[in-house]
Amino acid sequence: MNVRTAIHFASAAFALAALALGATATAADTIDPVADAKAFQRFFTQKFPKLKPEDFVNGPYSLNEDMHKQWEEKEQFPPYEFALDLGKELFSKPFKNGKSFADCFPNGGIGIRQNYPYFDEKEGKVVTLELALNRCREANGEAPLSYVKDDMAALTAYMAFTSRGKPFDIKIPNDPRALEAYENGKRNFYTRRGQLNFSCASCHVQNPGERIRAEILAPALGILNAMPIYRSEWSGMGTISRRFTTCNSQIRGVPLEPQADEYRDLEYYLSYVSNGLPISGPGARP
Amino acid sequence: MASTIRVRAISSGETTEVQALIQHPMDSGFVKDASGALIPPHFIRELTFEYDGKAVFVADWGPAVSKDPYVKFSFKGGKKGDDLKISWVDNKGESDTTTAKIQ
Amino acid sequence: MREASMKLALAAALLIAGGTSALAASSEADFKAAYAAAEAANKEAGALRNQWTTTAQVLADAKKAADKGDFDQAVAQSKEAEALAKASIYQAESEKEAWKALEIH
Repeated sequence: MNVRTAIHFASAAFALAALALGATATAADTIDPVADAKAFQRFFTQKFPKLKPEDFVNGPYSLNEDMHKQWEEKEQFPPYEFALDLGKELFSKPFKNGKSFADCFPNGGIGIRQNYPYFDEKEGKVVTLELALNRCREANGEAPLSYVKDDMAALTAYMAFTSRGKPFDIKIPNDPRALEAYENGKRNFYTRRGQLNFSCASCHVQNPGERIRAEILAPALGILNAMPIYRSEWSGMGTISRRFTTCNSQIRGVPLEPQADEYRDLEYYLSYVSNGLPISGPGARP
Repeated sequence: MASTIRVRAISSGETTEVQALIQHPMDSGFVKDASGALIPPHFIRELTFEYDGKAVFVADWGPAVSKDPYVKFSFKGGKKGDDLKISWVDNKGESDTTTAKIQ
Repeated sequence: MREASMKLALAAALLIAGGTSALAASSEADFKAAYAAAEAANKEAGALRNQWTTTAQVLADAKKAADKGDFDQAVAQSKEAEALAKASIYQAESEKEAWKALEIH
């Protein structure tokens, strides 16, 4: 059998498998984030009836007794303390031109993390907190920070900390572009990628509380509320960008650029469907 | 420079529970950097907690301990308001020390 | 369950593709053609923003084999890389509709 036939065989197999997944829901002509969020939250609260909605922001720590004990201990002396101190320092330090981050954000950047990402109607795109921080730097003559390294994580850690306890309050304006971005994010969440053929949903919707190798999977509900996280696996802090890109490469998909449209829209969707759940960042994870 | 040692010591009459978080790369010497070169070993060799002039906890560490190590232990004695001295020295001869009040 | 059946199908396809054997020894020209085809497919996957890390790895391995003069191996790996790239294209195309089956309602 030559390669062409093999590909056709694979195609046929894929098609059969896709059919086996069951009838696809009739495509909605209208995008209804409110209904989506309701269904999303209902799915998880029904799956884990013993949990209160706010418990979901602690991910795997709420799903396993042993891990919960470890989490309680960790919270007494959290590993993200150093990053938090660094973040406060970096946030307050003025740029070369005398301005600082406080000049770029509402309320001086304090207690606003729960409003990100937002849809920028002038630009027609989703703006995440990480993106906003770098734009602030560039607008003030400073070089942008890497989205996946320590300084950006320290900054978002500090900003998240000032919003602790505040519920996610993501807005989708009545603008078809915003709805499209939201829908794009949703699509990205459920789309399979990489040679391992996983979507975000494969782990975080179909298998929360189950193990993948030695880790316990977090539910998708509230999954961004604890970001950025000190991850023991990384021996350090990681931003949302870091998590999205590393997850993609873990499933053998070439990661897109940090803050690619796909990732920004994905963050928009995931944050919106967790509206109402409190910000718990910065967090710690195994 | 800010201290690398964060410590909290709480006395409950008979015993004192101590938690400490130490900022240190704890490089094992086995990890390679992006260019493929080995990152040289840089880890804490000895960590000491002293109360009332005596060592109440001494740790002999090596490359197996992870970055930013966290330690928790209890010792008999220790009164609220007393000093607890913590110091570490690493394989490069660098060190840090701090004194905290028992709560 | 669904992942398992999809992975099986893909694994089977790749096994079959890998089993393609050249009856005569491959030449450098054969390698160049096979490699170019694989690269083109991977580029198409890139335009769909859905490349696999394994495709790039196998392409690199193919090149290494060719550098050593082992063109049989180089051609076989180029063909495997092409199969991987094509599967990633298929994945991107089919996921355009298939994602809906996973959506929470």
